[in-house]
Amino acid sequence: MDLAFFSVQLLNGLQYGLLLFLIASGLTLIFGIMGIINLAHGAMYMIGAYLVYDLTFRLGSFWLAILAAIPVAIALGLIIERLFLDTLYKRDHLYQVLLTFGLILVLNEAQRIIWGGDVHSVPVPELFSGRIQLTDNLQYSHYRLFVMGVCLALAGVIYWVIRHTRLGIIIRAGAVNRDMVEGLGINVRTLFTLIFSVGVALTAFAGMIAAPLTSIAPGMGDSILITCFVVVVIGGIGSIKGAFWGAILIGMAETFGSVLIPSLASMVIYLIMAAVLLVKPRGLFA
Amino acid sequence: MLHTYPKRVVVIMLVLTAIVAIFPLWGPAVFGAQSDFMMEKMTLMLILALFAMSLDLLVGIVGLVSLGHALFFGLGAYTLALASPAFSPAAIWWMAPLVMLVAALAALVVGFLVIRTRGIFFIMTTLAFGQMLYYFVSTSRHTGGTDGVFIMFRPSVEVGGAVLLDLDNPLTFFYVCLAMVVVGYLFLRWLTRSFFGQVLDGIHDNEHRMEALGYATGHYKLVAFVISGVMASLAGMLAAMQYGFANPSQLGWHTSGEVLMMLILGGMGTVFGPILGAFAYEILQHTFEHLTTHWPILMGITIILAVLILPRGIAGLIIDPPSRASLAKSSPLRWLKPGRAAPASEAVKPAAPAPREG
Amino acid sequence: MKTTVKKTALASLIGAGLAIGGVVNASDDPVKLGLMLPYTGTYAALGEAITNGLELAIARHGDQLGGRSVEYVKLDSEANPSRAPQNMSRLVRGDNVDFVIGPVHSGVAMGMLRVAQQTGAITIIPNAGLGAATNELCMPNVFRTSFSMWQDSYPMGKVAYDRGHRRVVTITWDYAGGKEDIAGFEQAFTEEGGEILQQILVPFPSTEFQSYLAQIGSLRPDAVYTFFAGGGGVSFVRDYAASGLKDSIQLLGSGFLTDGNLAAIGEAGEGVLTTLHYAETLDTPQNRAFVEAYQAAYGDMPDTYAVQGYDTGMMLVQAMEAVGGDTSDQDRLITALSNIQLDSPRGPLAFSDSHHPIQNVYLREIRNGRHEVVGIAHENLEVPDEACNM
Repeated sequence: MDLAFFSVQLLNGLQYGLLLFLIASGLTLIFGIMGIINLAHGAMYMIGAYLVYDLTFRLGSFWLAILAAIPVAIALGLIIERLFLDTLYKRDHLYQVLLTFGLILVLNEAQRIIWGGDVHSVPVPELFSGRIQLTDNLQYSHYRLFVMGVCLALAGVIYWVIRHTRLGIIIRAGAVNRDMVEGLGINVRTLFTLIFSVGVALTAFAGMIAAPLTSIAPGMGDSILITCFVVVVIGGIGSIKGAFWGAILIGMAETFGSVLIPSLASMVIYLIMAAVLLVKPRGLFA
Repeated sequence: MLHTYPKRVVVIMLVLTAIVAIFPLWGPAVFGAQSDFMMEKMTLMLILALFAMSLDLLVGIVGLVSLGHALFFGLGAYTLALASPAFSPAAIWWMAPLVMLVAALAALVVGFLVIRTRGIFFIMTTLAFGQMLYYFVSTSRHTGGTDGVFIMFRPSVEVGGAVLLDLDNPLTFFYVCLAMVVVGYLFLRWLTRSFFGQVLDGIHDNEHRMEALGYATGHYKLVAFVISGVMASLAGMLAAMQYGFANPSQLGWHTSGEVLMMLILGGMGTVFGPILGAFAYEILQHTFEHLTTHWPILMGITIILAVLILPRGIAGLIIDPPSRASLAKSSPLRWLKPGRAAPASEAVKPAAPAPREG
Repeated sequence: MKTTVKKTALASLIGAGLAIGGVVNASDDPVKLGLMLPYTGTYAALGEAITNGLELAIARHGDQLGGRSVEYVKLDSEANPSRAPQNMSRLVRGDNVDFVIGPVHSGVAMGMLRVAQQTGAITIIPNAGLGAATNELCMPNVFRTSFSMWQDSYPMGKVAYDRGHRRVVTITWDYAGGKEDIAGFEQAFTEEGGEILQQILVPFPSTEFQSYLAQIGSLRPDAVYTFFAGGGGVSFVRDYAASGLKDSIQLLGSGFLTDGNLAAIGEAGEGVLTTLHYAETLDTPQNRAFVEAYQAAYGDMPDTYAVQGYDTGMMLVQAMEAVGGDTSDQDRLITALSNIQLDSPRGPLAFSDSHHPIQNVYLREIRNGRHEVVGIAHENLEVPDEACNM
């Protein structure tokens, strides 16, 4: 592995990791604050991608499509939280697993009814359609760099909100001890609705900005779901910092694993997760 | 965990068992030419019932929610597939113990690692191990890969050359599966009432208290994990025997999710509930699939409603039937309003035995 | 009281599920076609295209098979192999269908074949390309109207060599179908004297290809041969173009890489060469008529899957004609099916002794968003079936 090749793979691992972080950040927020395991998280990613596909062709602009799709995602989160999750907070994880398992079935099938079973794609927006030359025969799309920038910026924003705002203090406190937050007279109902909607919107947004980089197909959320869980568990549930480093670790492991140990490529993330939990049963940053 | 059920539970289960057992007598009259297929379907439900029951030991009784139980189900199927000779039936005398041994070893290793984690981490680690085996089987060249593998012969039950049970006969196989479910049920009932079961129950209620009382709770959980895994592997072995086919998707997390669903639909922690749940789940899916190709929506809605309205499953209805007064109080809307959900403790596990109805 | 109600409800529930479809099988009853295809999930588009093609063929012949009306029993295969045997059994034993048509997915095919073997039900595979179905596991009652992975990829080996490529990287998903496909190409290419630099297996069903593209870039092959399908095919072709590799390294593939997905692939697909047993642009009267009829009926361009469904329908039409609509003599029906020769939209189609299509495989190049036929890569290609004895 020469230096150029190594650097390219480093870039690939970083970009994949950053996108993973964006998808997983919503999951870890919802986990940490609300104690809810949301198996339908991958479906939210899928819906984000489909929304932006649909709206790009309706509105004629990728950017307008994203602007229009975000409120839809927030509304979806709101509806799901109010209708279904409300009764589940105090119940065993088992019920959350099952309810959101049911939601996957409903959302996947709704996707098929609305958008059909065909594979779609969204063109890379004009603004970032250029490429930079990495090696003599390998180029890198400007849009991928843009996505990295967006993910980093959002990571920064989330970090800032959690570290330096009142909301962040509540969130941090909630991740440690939910009852205490309630005891402090904070309206947990509103907080939960807010967190869940933001979590769903973050994930759907990840689907939106990833849309031009991937193919939009039925079931696209299912494969990303488990990877996100691995990221969140490795990092430590509820920890944004953990999700960030977990995502980078998994991004790098998948990228380099596929080159260095191809025979274990499909298992490598699970091996890492098992190893981490053996050493630190509550994740790296819990 | 209930140690004594209202008498009607015993009566209902006995009646249902009898109805299933004499299916060959009434099946043809009710289903006509489809009777053979219905018996085959019922055989499958029995196998799933055994699978769901095995998970109940872990989820309902010890309180460990596993999202990787299909690992053992698939392991049973694949052990049978890989250990079967290519051109002759294997003897069940050594096939069943082999399956159990392999599953027990796997459960020991996996259990040793996952028992250390709790709650959500337990869910995730079991999921991870399930996925690891799933990918291993999918990509290994010895297992037939993603296409799966045929088992050309069913194991036979022979003594001194005489065939005692011909498992190729669907009727025989049906009764073998029924017997396995009955034995499995009696075993779990015995286990939960034993001293060992009492400790598990104590761990479910409050693990720290049990630790403080001097119980090595980890050991108890590990033993339960192994027993549960072994039972699941037997179900997997039967499933592979039924059609002579094993496939990696039997190991995937969707299978684990489905069996959890059967458990909750039937009512966990009751041992008999999962049996009802397996039947109910399969009948629902069977019906929905015939109604529309959009059946996953119906299935999804049913799952959601079951979680919201029937957290204690069908077994909950039998143990503690809703009285007329409580039915009047609980309009479906109540479940959609915030802040009035069922009390947590009641929902998570069946509380004290229900007052007997007069 | 309560239990009685419950039991009655239970019985009616089972009844409702099974009530559809009669029990008797007299010859004035409709012919029952059991369709075991994916109608949900990742492969739903394929299931729908096959169903469309099948129904179109039968509709064009008066909605009848051998003078009998037709009843379709559609069962979602879920593309879930572990449910395959019971679903197949449900069609054969529960719904008593005369023919089973399915599946799309090779793993599901394995499960179905097991029950086909046990029940002797006549099964026509309209897609699944696992080689074993018409080789090691061949059966008198199993036919295939589609392809095998080997059949579509083998011809590309010679094409690649003839075009001057000597060192090739192959890349596919680490699953049975992909590996069978790559093996066909590698066999032909190395027979010609070419060298496989590396075989890359991507975990299934990942569509994150960046690190593999970097790997290909550093290996500097003359060409890349690939098999991906559905969303994976779209992602790979687009990522390949976006990485700039397309400018210096020719992309070759199985036709499934791009079939049915040209719109989603867009410009990135221009110049990609694939081999397949069909192209929607084939300039024959049969294909023009088919494309026109399909567009009139469904408003879409047909793809390979639709043709496979259509030929399945045509096969049934002709075979049922030959036996005069009598499904009671199975041997006669099987003989009729084996002797079918079709003037298919894809070209002439006959069946080998192992019941696999003998057909042309075309070399296609994507130009202006269409699969233009460059030529016939292999005429009347028969697949190896030495392991088949029936």
